[in-house]
Amino acid sequence: MDEQLIFRYEIDGSNFTSAGEASVSVKKKLRQLGFAPEIIRRVSIAMYEGEINMVIHAHGGKAEVVVKNDRIEIILDDHGPGIPNIDLAMQEGFSTAPDNIRSLGFGAGMGLPNMKRYTDTMAIQTELGVGTRITMTVNI
Amino acid sequence: MNVNELASTLNCEILSLPDGERLVENIYTGDLLSWVMGRAESGCAWITIMTNVNVCAVASLVDAACVIIAENAEISDEIIAIASVKGVNMLRSCASVYELCVSIHEKANL
Ligand SMILES: Nc1ncnc2c1ncn2[C@@H]1O[C@H](COP(=O)(O)OP(=O)(O)OP(=O)(O)O)[C@@H](O)[C@H]1O
Ligand SMILES: [Mg+2]
Repeated sequence: MDEQLIFRYEIDGSNFTSAGEASVSVKKKLRQLGFAPEIIRRVSIAMYEGEINMVIHAHGGKAEVVVKNDRIEIILDDHGPGIPNIDLAMQEGFSTAPDNIRSLGFGAGMGLPNMKRYTDTMAIQTELGVGTRITMTVNI
Repeated sequence: MNVNELASTLNCEILSLPDGERLVENIYTGDLLSWVMGRAESGCAWITIMTNVNVCAVASLVDAACVIIAENAEISDEIIAIASVKGVNMLRSCASVYELCVSIHEKANL
């Protein structure tokens, strides 16, 4: 139960072109550890959505992936503006992404719903002006 | 049908082809990246007009068999290089998304 592996990443909020590298690295590591493709897909997409959100909406942050015996935990921490209304933010189609970000293909308002869809649990703690912490788990 | 065969069937330009033997199992089309990540299935040929660097990450994360850039959308050499480093098969065609879907349906039976 206490056997676990931890991967930690700093997510650079100013560099949009490298955004997603932490998730791609996690994907590679999970593949090396021999996880089933569907588990890898769920973890890495959920993390990518969270990582991109931290870059677009929160000036970057920290990500931690913990591989436990029965589950994989993804913890995303930022010191961004916080989310004023979680229920609204969780709705498919809701987005505050600016135009320059939309022109890159983001801003469908599907990121948070995807994170929920691809994980077994998801919890959002957020405080305006302080930051957001999202914890997700995928059972293995 | 694998990616090599799909590329020649559709007469696509090959931008990056690290794994031409990869089987194409289904087709998905879309330009909104989170939408694609929510709906595209593993093994898909993903048809899009998006050509920025995030396309490589999304293709890799959804485990697409290949990306097909439609309408000859312009793409930089740098992004093509990233695709091949990331193991992403990337094709390009002058056909529209609609025309590509029709041809795939007629010729590749997908
Ligand atoms: N870490 C965060 N900090 C502050 N606000 C956030 C954060 N993550 C999400 N949000 C808010 O929640 C909204 C919905 O997020 P979601 O990921 O679903 O959509 P999006 O990022 O706008 O578009 P998409 O993910 O489809 O590209 C965002 O537009 C933003 O207002
Ligand atoms: Mg998002």
